[in-house]
Amino acid sequence: MSAVIGHGHAHDDHEHQPSGLMRWVTTTNHKDIGTLYLWFSFTMFLVGGTLAMGIRAELFKPGLQFWHPEFFNQLTSMHGLIMVFGAIMPAFVGFANWQIPMMIGAPDMAFARLNNWSFWLLPVAALLLVSSFFVPGGAVAAGWTLYAPLTTQMGPGMDMAIFALHIMGASSIMGSINIITTILNMRAPGMTLMKMPLFVWGWLITAYLLIAVMPVLAGAITMVLTDRHFGTSFFNAAGGGDPVMFQHIFWFFGHPEVYIMILPGFGIISQVIPAFARKPLFGYSSMVYAMASIAILSFIVWAHHMFTVGMPVVGMLFFMYATVLIAVPTGVKVFNWLATMWRGSMTFETPMLFAIGFIFVFSMGGFTGLILAIAPVDIQLQDTYYVVAHFHYVLVAGSLFSLFAGFYFWVPKWTGRMYDETLGKWHFWLSMIFFNLTFFPMHFLGLAGMPRRIPDYALQFASYNEVASIGAFGFGLAQILFLWIILKVTVLGRGERAPQRPWEGADTLEWTHLPSPAPYHTFHEQPVVK
Amino acid sequence: MKNRTLKLAGWLLLPFSGEAFAAWEHNLQPPVTRIATDIYELHMLMLGICFVVFVGVFGVMFYSIYKHRRSVGHQAEHFHENTTVEIIWTIIPFLVLIAMAWPATKTLLALKDTSSPDITIKATGYQWKWGYDYLKGEGEGISFLSNLSTPQDQIAGDAPKDEHYLLEVDNHLVVPVGKKVRILTTANDVIHSWSVPAFGVKQDAIPGFVRDAWFRADKEGTYRGQCSELCGKDHGFMPIVVDVVSPDKYTAWVAEQKKQSAAAAEDPNKKWTLAELRARGEKVYSTTCIACHQANGKGVPNAFPSLDGSKIVNGPKAAHINIVTNGKPGTAMAAFGKQMSDTDIAAVITYERNAWSNKTGDVIQPSEIGSAKK
Repeated sequence: MSAVIGHGHAHDDHEHQPSGLMRWVTTTNHKDIGTLYLWFSFTMFLVGGTLAMGIRAELFKPGLQFWHPEFFNQLTSMHGLIMVFGAIMPAFVGFANWQIPMMIGAPDMAFARLNNWSFWLLPVAALLLVSSFFVPGGAVAAGWTLYAPLTTQMGPGMDMAIFALHIMGASSIMGSINIITTILNMRAPGMTLMKMPLFVWGWLITAYLLIAVMPVLAGAITMVLTDRHFGTSFFNAAGGGDPVMFQHIFWFFGHPEVYIMILPGFGIISQVIPAFARKPLFGYSSMVYAMASIAILSFIVWAHHMFTVGMPVVGMLFFMYATVLIAVPTGVKVFNWLATMWRGSMTFETPMLFAIGFIFVFSMGGFTGLILAIAPVDIQLQDTYYVVAHFHYVLVAGSLFSLFAGFYFWVPKWTGRMYDETLGKWHFWLSMIFFNLTFFPMHFLGLAGMPRRIPDYALQFASYNEVASIGAFGFGLAQILFLWIILKVTVLGRGERAPQRPWEGADTLEWTHLPSPAPYHTFHEQPVVK
Repeated sequence: MKNRTLKLAGWLLLPFSGEAFAAWEHNLQPPVTRIATDIYELHMLMLGICFVVFVGVFGVMFYSIYKHRRSVGHQAEHFHENTTVEIIWTIIPFLVLIAMAWPATKTLLALKDTSSPDITIKATGYQWKWGYDYLKGEGEGISFLSNLSTPQDQIAGDAPKDEHYLLEVDNHLVVPVGKKVRILTTANDVIHSWSVPAFGVKQDAIPGFVRDAWFRADKEGTYRGQCSELCGKDHGFMPIVVDVVSPDKYTAWVAEQKKQSAAAAEDPNKKWTLAELRARGEKVYSTTCIACHQANGKGVPNAFPSLDGSKIVNGPKAAHINIVTNGKPGTAMAAFGKQMSDTDIAAVITYERNAWSNKTGDVIQPSEIGSAKK
């Protein structure tokens, strides 16, 4: 081990590599690729966020101010697609690339060249997706859910989005194969599955979900493509097809997709909480079983997204019961995090703030999820702003806050520098306050009956829309602060030098065995885990 | 310029104006059916349970954050497993869920029971309006379209907004109080959703399929809802308005409708003049075509073609009649031959061929339309 640590600086090992741009294009190093994923996802996060600002500007007051209705629909659809496929998913893959090899004591990912290919597909897909704004007819305006037969009315932007999703799906599947192979074959001696850090567990389960459902999405959108151009009638009732079939196939992908975007986040939170509570994670094995149960249940609840399509009552009962069951393992996770904090010795640096904020706000998203699972109540709330509030509570306060927590937690290991703690805390409090200001009022809007995806609304919805828009602009600005924090600690290299183990409660291999910053190549010789 | 500044000032001050202060609606709309009342109570029950759990769980968390901090000198303990508590916090939530699912099941069974209605009405979703056909029960045979009647200048911000901004239509759906009304939903083009929150009804309208829902309104009044499934450009502009009236009023309304439809049955062979058709066509245009092709006939670049100076509009009549009656598949241009009378179609085509810079001078008679329908 001392030989590995002795290398010290990050750049000693790659004299044979091209430098400059070609270094990044040809890299097969998991850390380089992780960095690429993270920058890519942050860029897409800013693009998707800009679209969100466009949405909230239009909704600031009743009447049509800025956009034509069809452009507004493009904004909401592309905001969803970009955030899900361009921002959240690649960001978690970035964390996987950086962290999984270091946390299991492996020298790199199992398929290094495949790893490069998985990443470089993404900018191509993103370009295809974003440039669809500029073709005749504009970008997709059928919602990120792409419901048929509305998708058959779209222009060529729809085809570009379909191909972009195909490419992103291929990238995700390759990434998942890589992650599973790495985890199952390259763990350090002594690291049994039930000794793996929970972040690794979260990703192992997520990768299986991805492999299971990305082909399903690919199938659904391919059928849309052939309906559009080759005269098939999969979803066209006039030709013997069924528009509702699209929704079944889409949500068979879509619900596991929700957990794909949260399970790695659960993993991050499970690393951060024990580190700052200075106490081992409570109930490790039940945490693993809880994640596995959530993943399995995610395959049998899809039709709760479709309670208003007119299903037989037995079907509705089944999907209602299956859905409320998910509250059990999710509750177990929250209780275990609390038990980890209980009687610890807590400090509240930025990663811990985001982790606690995650538990607090994500739980609200869990509660509204439970309310939405109750089919009769869902009849009132389906396709209203209540649903918008619910999924932003789990995707922004859930996935995004866990990504923030993970960034602040690991960036000392990645760069060898400490981030600016004061600014980090500002970032947390601004994000937390403005997030709630944006999305909490949407519960009220939804209850009062405001449909989602409308560019203009009746007067009784005016006040809360104003509050939500003000919150959204604040939330957007807070992320500019985050950009500055990132630039400062990465590109500009400012900040105190980070010790090997800046968080005294952190005890996974990257903290106990590797210096900060982690050398370019790590664990040529695997450590032995007792 | 001054006008614009004023407009901007008004925009920024809106949060403090009376218009906005009235608008803090934050719960489900007051229910007027048994089902909607059950849903309302179910939601309050769920909210109550969730609130208690939330306060309990996060009470513990914030207590821990307050007490078990290093800054107050708390030393970490090292326990990390306890099978008993794991079992307890798996079982208890499970029991709570059963307590929630029980009333939900009862409500759901009632909500889905559409049997033995007094009146059956078919609601058809079109891009972007609703069509109603009274199929069975008192009023059988009545049939009409229901368009948004909020004027375009209110939407553009050039006129003050009405109380029922975006929630008003030209023809209300009328039903009697206390009668079980079954709504069959279907659609002509893409998926829409027929929703009236006060009734606890939301049912997707799916092209090629018929689904159903029901309500029995206990209170007279006017109830409003909106299309609740993204259906394209004007998804936000196809509201649903239902008048619940006394049985006597309903009978009178039915008689009135029958009389009107008898009077409206026009002689298809009547010869119309250019002026008559233009005047009628302008009205049809402003309810049906204006949303896409715009008041100035210029359409929206890259989305909806301009009619002003268009090749089809200024070309041979047959092509123009064909696209209006039969639509253009794969676009938002619907087959209006199925929705409107021959007279209306003839009128709107005549209008388009003689409006803006189009000066064909053509007069299209209703008799020319029937033969073009596919």
